[in-house]
Amino acid sequence: MTSTVTIEPQSDSVPAASPQTSKMPLWKQEGAKPFLRIENVTKKFGEFTAVDNISLDIYKNELFCLLGGSGSGKSTLLRMLAGFESPTSGRIIIDGVDMAGIQPWKRPVNMMFQSYALFPHLSVEENVAFGLKREGLDRSEVKQRVAEMLEMVQLGHLGKRKPDQLSGGQRQRVALARSLVKRPKLLLLDEPLGALDKKLREETQFELINIQEELGVTFVVVTHDQEEAMTLASRIGVMNHGVIVQTAEPHDVYEYPNSRFVAEFIGSVNLFEGRVIEDLPDSVRIDSKDAGAVLFVNHGISCAPNQKVHVALRPEKTQISKEKPEGQQNCIKGIIEETAYMGSLSVYRVRLASGMEVRVTQPNTTRDLGARLTWNDEVYLYWDEDSSVVLTS
Amino acid sequence: MKRRSLFLNTTATMGFIFLYAPMIALVVYSFNKSKLVTVWGGWSLKWYGELFRNDQIIDAALLSFKIAFISASVAVVLGTMAGFVLSRFRRFRGKMLLAGWVSAPLVMPEVITGLSLLLLFVAMEGAFGWPAGRGTSTIIIAHVTFCMAYVAVIVQSRLSQLDETLEEAAMDLGAKPSSLFFLVTLPLIMPAVISGWLLSFTMSLDDLVIASFVSGPGNSTLPMVIFSKVRLGVSPEVNALATLMIAVVAIGVTAAMYQMRRQAKLLEKQG
Repeated sequence: MTSTVTIEPQSDSVPAASPQTSKMPLWKQEGAKPFLRIENVTKKFGEFTAVDNISLDIYKNELFCLLGGSGSGKSTLLRMLAGFESPTSGRIIIDGVDMAGIQPWKRPVNMMFQSYALFPHLSVEENVAFGLKREGLDRSEVKQRVAEMLEMVQLGHLGKRKPDQLSGGQRQRVALARSLVKRPKLLLLDEPLGALDKKLREETQFELINIQEELGVTFVVVTHDQEEAMTLASRIGVMNHGVIVQTAEPHDVYEYPNSRFVAEFIGSVNLFEGRVIEDLPDSVRIDSKDAGAVLFVNHGISCAPNQKVHVALRPEKTQISKEKPEGQQNCIKGIIEETAYMGSLSVYRVRLASGMEVRVTQPNTTRDLGARLTWNDEVYLYWDEDSSVVLTS
Repeated sequence: MKRRSLFLNTTATMGFIFLYAPMIALVVYSFNKSKLVTVWGGWSLKWYGELFRNDQIIDAALLSFKIAFISASVAVVLGTMAGFVLSRFRRFRGKMLLAGWVSAPLVMPEVITGLSLLLLFVAMEGAFGWPAGRGTSTIIIAHVTFCMAYVAVIVQSRLSQLDETLEEAAMDLGAKPSSLFFLVTLPLIMPAVISGWLLSFTMSLDDLVIASFVSGPGNSTLPMVIFSKVRLGVSPEVNALATLMIAVVAIGVTAAMYQMRRQAKLLEKQG
């Protein structure tokens, strides 16, 4: 059962940034067996439905992020995996075993809590050893495994301290070590980086990915932080009102959102409302009052004629200039209402004739102040026909 | 810092005098040489010597300590269980009844508690012959009854402040609920349990009214002996005894307060 888990790094040249290996990921392979299967799971608290008929397959060695706002049901789903809540209906199957009726202390699953939940009366070593002692392992093995685990999270020298003598980042690593030392098949992480400051969070993100790769444990992470999800995840499940709205790789969630909710939740976006006036197999034209123009998108959609849709455009994919560009299908006019210089990039808010406000971000490629656009400049906004996405829901 | 006003200073001084003057007088007079309680005759430890030669008082003191020790220990076990049930079980039949039972002894006049317990003991003896007569065991039962209420309240408030995810974490790491209690919950509420024990101990030691109702002949506790002696006229011996009791109770209460403060600090750190 633990044969696939090793403590030693598999190689020195493990890529740091990406959990994906060169071969095709399991979720793209036809007929791959899911490691964790969530089948039509619903959880009701009285009248309130926290999780609404969710089905989800998660594969071995994945780092899956459940992303959603508060009250989206992501934590409830995680707690059901850990066994602290039981589903009102539906099944949870981990590594082929139905978890129904299996108590938390018997599941091959460990959890890292948002508050870390370190035992304040026990030292760091005792905290990490807690789970192993419950398994009834002999003392020398417990000692060895605790030492190995603390070494891995670089806390070998702090084993005798109590949790309240540690910094936030150190506590986070103790919590991680404690949840990993039992070599769970599945590790659940509830907002693992939520309590850390921004700089520490960035460092820890990569550390977490490294550890996940080293140990080959399947991770399910719950977070409300989209940046965190984008950096960590092999796949993201975006949740809203108890349902998973979209499940996709980080890149796809950002570039090809399947709904207005996802487009707006992840990153910022400009949404132009309009009606389909020309629907070809590989392109559409949309007449938008918001934009005050006919917009052209070079991908086909399935929709009814004259259907109301939204064209989603990311601020960084929008070009801005005082001169009218040549040969652009998508070009609209507006007046700069506000600019914000943010060092590496500038943010412009442009007011269109329709009254709509469009957000544009541009990298500051020169140091020359004179060339920069400013308030009340009349500008043209334009973008390539493959930069925008049509959303039907 | 704001300068303290004259008013505050005066009030504080008056308060201290009001509270501590009688006790100081008592302590000073316990070292009085004179046989007359109200006449100062110079310093002496004479009455302490007399006290330790008085078998009746020594026996009563030993009995009181024994009762206090046993009652506090039993009350701590039962009170902790009650506090745990009250804070951890969300809703169950009779929860209101249990909560009421826990707070009743805190607000009920001692005379009523004592009287009702006496009636119960008499009725029980009539019905199934136990407890046979009244004595040490009935006093212990009575003291456990009101002491465990205090323990339950202290433990319950500590438990409600305790982060429940700690217990979930223990379960997640493979601890069954039974071992979870002893490995995680109990160590974390230990300060509350200890202060509950100390409070129970001093309250049992102090109790006169309830003990008077439920004790039998030959089972007089220390407060009962003092009270009966005082009724025959205050002897300087009693001053010496009272001084010793003040010392014991003061130590108990201080220790209980120290425990509670330590617990508050622990909570701060945890938060």
